[in-house]
Amino acid sequence: MKKLTSSLKNMLLSLALISIVIAGLLAFVYGITKEPISQAEKQKQEKAIKEVTPDFNNNPADEKFEVTISDGSKLTVYPAKQDGKLVGIAIETNTTKGFSGEIKIMAGFDIDGVIKNYSVLKHAETPGLGAKMQKWFSDTSKPGQNVIGRKWNKDVKVKKDGGDIDAITAATITSRAFTDALNRAYEAYLKVKENYSQTNESTE
Amino acid sequence: MTYILIFISAVFINNVVLSQILGICPFLGVSKKIDTAMGMGISVTFVIAIATLVTFLLMQYILIPLNLEFMQTISFILVIAALVQMVEIILKKVSPSLYQSLGVFLPLITTNCAVLGVAILVTKHDIYKESLLLSMVYAISTAIGFALALIIFAGIREQLTIANIPKAFKGMPVALVIAGILAMIFMGFTGIVQVN
Amino acid sequence: MSKNLNILTNGILKENPVLVLLLGMCPTLGTTSSAINGFGMGIATTFVLICSNLAISLLKNFIPDKVRIPAFVVVIASFVTVVEMIMQAYVPPLYESLGLFIPLIVVNCILLARAESFASKNSPFASALDGLGMGAGFTLALTLLGSVREFLGTGKIFDFPIYPESYGLITFVLAPGAFIVLAFLIVIVNKLKTNKN
Repeated sequence: MKKLTSSLKNMLLSLALISIVIAGLLAFVYGITKEPISQAEKQKQEKAIKEVTPDFNNNPADEKFEVTISDGSKLTVYPAKQDGKLVGIAIETNTTKGFSGEIKIMAGFDIDGVIKNYSVLKHAETPGLGAKMQKWFSDTSKPGQNVIGRKWNKDVKVKKDGGDIDAITAATITSRAFTDALNRAYEAYLKVKENYSQTNESTE
Repeated sequence: MTYILIFISAVFINNVVLSQILGICPFLGVSKKIDTAMGMGISVTFVIAIATLVTFLLMQYILIPLNLEFMQTISFILVIAALVQMVEIILKKVSPSLYQSLGVFLPLITTNCAVLGVAILVTKHDIYKESLLLSMVYAISTAIGFALALIIFAGIREQLTIANIPKAFKGMPVALVIAGILAMIFMGFTGIVQVN
Repeated sequence: MSKNLNILTNGILKENPVLVLLLGMCPTLGTTSSAINGFGMGIATTFVLICSNLAISLLKNFIPDKVRIPAFVVVIASFVTVVEMIMQAYVPPLYESLGLFIPLIVVNCILLARAESFASKNSPFASALDGLGMGAGFTLALTLLGSVREFLGTGKIFDFPIYPESYGLITFVLAPGAFIVLAFLIVIVNKLKTNKN
C-alpha cells in the first residue's frame, strides 16, 4: 500500500477512523475491567473492617452510615453484628494533621469502647512511615506505644503533648496525626453508642 | 489564608520538581542558562494555568456527567497538545515580541509531565476537585514552584561551566547530583505549614 | 536472525533509553523508591511500547505525514489507558503505589521517540521487537535504580531484608536519593564506555 498523502480529506478521515477504533477498544476494556476494579476496592475495604472488629457475620458495608463529629466533618461507620447483635464498629477516620496530605485509618472498637485494632488505609507521609504507623502503635509487647486494648479516653496524646503515648522515633508529627485520627474516631464512636442505646431503649 | 498556605505548600514544600519529581525533562534540558530558564518558567506557568482551567471544566461538565472518566488521560493530553498549539498561534498574532522570546519553548511543553500531572492531580484530590478557584491557585503555585526550581538550578549550572569536574561526571551526572542536593535543601521546608 | 537479535539487544545495552539516551527521566526518578515499583513501572511501559510500536507500524501507511504526531499520541494514550485499567483491576497495590505516574506514561519521551524514529519506518515484527528491547532496557534500568535505592534506604531488595532497616538512610527512598543514585549509575556506565574504547 502506498502512503496516504497529506490532503485535508485524508487527514480528517485517518484521524477520525483512528479515534473511532480507539474509543471502541477503550470502551471494550473498560467493560471487562469494571467489575474486577469495584471488586478489588470492595475487598480491600472488607479486609480492613475484618482486621479491626471482633468476629461478625453481617455485611458491615451494607449497613454503613455517616456520623457528623464536632468539627463538622463526616466519618463513615461500619457496624459489625453477630447474629443481629452489635459486637463492634469499624470507623473510617481521617486527619489532615500529618506531614503531607490526608491520612486515612480504619479504626475498630468493641461495644465497650476498647480499641480492638486499626488499619492504615492511605497516607502520603514519608515512605516507610505508613508501615511504621501500622506496626508501632499495635505492638502489644511495648505498652508505652501500644494502643490496642486501650479503653480510649478523649484526650489521648503523644508524650510531647502531655499524653502517655510514645511517638514513633523521629516522626512526632505523624504520631500526633495518628492520635488525632483515633480521637476523631472515638468521638464518632461515642455518638454512635449514644444513638444506639437511645434507639434500643425506645424499642424496649 | 488557605490560598497562602496552598501557595507555600506548592512552591516550597511539595515542589513539583524537587519533591514530586515531575517535569524533569525540561528541568534537566532547559537549564543551562538563566535567561532560557526564565523563558521556560514563564511559558510553563502560562500553559499550566490555561490547561488546568480547561481540563477542570472538561472533567466536571463533560467526562463526569457522561460517565467517561476512563477517557481522562487521552482527552487531557489532546486538550493540552491543542492548547499549546493555540497559545503559539495566538501569541504569534497578538504579541510577536513575546512570541519571539517564548515561542521556542512552547512545543516542548506538551511533553512536560508537570502539565498533565497537575491537570490529573486536581481531579483526584479531595479538596481541589470541587473548587475551580482552589484548583487554579494550586496550579499556578505549582507552576511558580517549577519556575523557581528551574531558575535556581540554571544559576548553579552556569557556574559549573568554569568548575573542574571529573570527566565521567561531566554533563548529566553532575547536574543530577546538584538536583539531588537541591532536593535535600527543599526537604528542609517540610512541615512548616500543614495543608493538603 | 542476527538482525532481529540486534534490534532486540540494541535497547537493552547500546542504546539503553535511561542510562545512555537519558530519556523518560520522570518515571525513572519518580517511581523507583523500591525495586518492585521500578520493575512494575518498567513492565507497564514495556507493554505500552510493544503495543504502540506494533499499532503504529501497522498504521504507518494509513497516517498522513502532517497529522502523524497527534495520531501517535492518540494511539499511545489509549494503550496507556488500557494498562491503567488492567492494573487497577488486577494489581491494585501496585496501581496505588505508582499512582499518578501511570497516566504519565503518555508523556514519556521514549514512546514518541520510538514511534517516530523506528515504528513509522519499519515492519510490524521489527517494531514490536524494538518495543520489547527498549522496554527491557527501561525495565532493567528502573529495577536496578529501584534496588539500589531500596537497599540503601531500607536495607531490603524486593522486600527481602539484607541488613536492619534502622540503619537505612531514608533519604535514598526520597526525592534526593533518586537524583543522586541515577547520577552515579550514569557515571558507572560512562566509565565502562570509555574503558571499552
